[in-house]
Amino acid sequence: MWDALEWIAWAISAAIFIWMFYDAWRVDRDYSEDILLSSREGVDELIPEKKGA
Amino acid sequence: MADQAIGQARPQSINLLKVLGPVHVWALGVGIVLVGEFMGWNYAVGKGGALGCLIAMWVIGLLYTCVAMIDSEITSTVAAAGGQYAQAKHTIGPLMAFNVGLYLVFAYTMLEAGDVQVVGFLVQIGAGDFNLGAPAHWQPWVVLSLMILAWLNYRGVFMTLTINFWITFIAFLSIIVMFIGVEPWNPGKILLHKDLLTDLPYGWIGVLASLHFGIWFYLGIEGTCQAAEEVRSPGRALPLGTITGIITLLIAAALTWYVAVGLLPWEYVGWDLELAPLYDVAKVSGSTFLKAFLFIGTLFSAIASANGCINDAARAWFSMGRDRYLPVWFAAVHPKYRTPFRSIIFLIPIGIVFAIWVPLAQVITFSILSGLLNYTFMPINMWKFRNKWPLGTIKRGFIHPFHPLPAIVLLTLCIATFFAIYLGYGNQLLAMMLFYIVASLWFVVFRYKYVRRGDQFTMAWPRPRGY
Repeated sequence: MWDALEWIAWAISAAIFIWMFYDAWRVDRDYSEDILLSSREGVDELIPEKKGA
Repeated sequence: MADQAIGQARPQSINLLKVLGPVHVWALGVGIVLVGEFMGWNYAVGKGGALGCLIAMWVIGLLYTCVAMIDSEITSTVAAAGGQYAQAKHTIGPLMAFNVGLYLVFAYTMLEAGDVQVVGFLVQIGAGDFNLGAPAHWQPWVVLSLMILAWLNYRGVFMTLTINFWITFIAFLSIIVMFIGVEPWNPGKILLHKDLLTDLPYGWIGVLASLHFGIWFYLGIEGTCQAAEEVRSPGRALPLGTITGIITLLIAAALTWYVAVGLLPWEYVGWDLELAPLYDVAKVSGSTFLKAFLFIGTLFSAIASANGCINDAARAWFSMGRDRYLPVWFAAVHPKYRTPFRSIIFLIPIGIVFAIWVPLAQVITFSILSGLLNYTFMPINMWKFRNKWPLGTIKRGFIHPFHPLPAIVLLTLCIATFFAIYLGYGNQLLAMMLFYIVASLWFVVFRYKYVRRGDQFTMAWPRPRGY
């Protein structure tokens, strides 16, 4: 039983990693680097007057 | 690359989501640490005996109380991902910030590797103990747990830390239930402190040496700071989550020590091959319920710790990328999940390599050393912070009392703990210091030219005193 479970564990791990990798690739394809790298330290979306600071 | 995806409105900038509350901050800090009550601390008993470990628990508890107080004041004011890294950038300078960032990434990635390694061992041990056969390998469970946790982190911080809250709470509850289960109100019936407690077997030098593993009781509580950019109200949530976190840990540490040394001889608790003393206590108690609950508690604590470490290491790495201390590519935020997705993915293979190929004691020592270097930076950080921006000049979310006493105590105890580590792991300590010196040289010579100096200071504060 444990042999089969171990193989299932490997398969699920591989599937999760492939999904993350695929999703990251899709995001890279669909969005520009300017958007993806637009995060700024000290910006608080809940306080409008600080936007874009 | 296409600039627009069909049918989707684009925000002008993508930032990490501010969705966390004090409960999540508690779950992050205590979640990272609580595994240290289930294992690791017991090696302090091997160094200094049961009473030596108790002294180490108090002394290191004081060290971490100072850490929590200092962190609460500075992080509630410098509310940025990266925690102490962002603090160092504002209060000291780029080279210190680079080093602190590396301390954080190493401390959390190594701890995460150790945690998932323990998950793999526990699956093997649990299967045997509950008559479910014997898995031939522990590695599949290491990789599976790390992948599931990385996936959770990738998909969003709110769900990640909500789950962390519940599994941490169950693990903490298992310690409470264990304590009640051994009937502490009835000394001599189950708990045999009178028979088992001895004098200090190695004298006061043993007590000093036990400071090294006393760190396990609390290692990682400073991780609450990494949530700074994602909490709804940093001024309230960070001090509240951090202070309640250290109180929880002080209680959990005291209960853990009391139960373990009251049921098992100190020679066994402190034995090098003893993995999970609380689980062993449950087994010795003869209660099937306690045995099962403590197994779940031990497993959950390791999972919660790995989960929090993935979160924190990725935030520190992301933050350094955003300031160009590392390639800016790492500073990408996922447009849907609002997580530092590239940093999360990048650190997965590193965690797996250390979890599978490096012995547990080694990865944990790397983590402890990096953590301790971070704590040594904190008193300097605190002095600089209060000197450059005295009380009243900027708005603080929390003001810790008795300054500079906590900073002085913290620095003194850090020096004592360095000496304790040197006694047992001198070579690793020197190798680690050498690594950080080489990394610093690399930063100064090759990397600093890419850093945009003016962009690093992001807080809307007045010019510091003396500048």
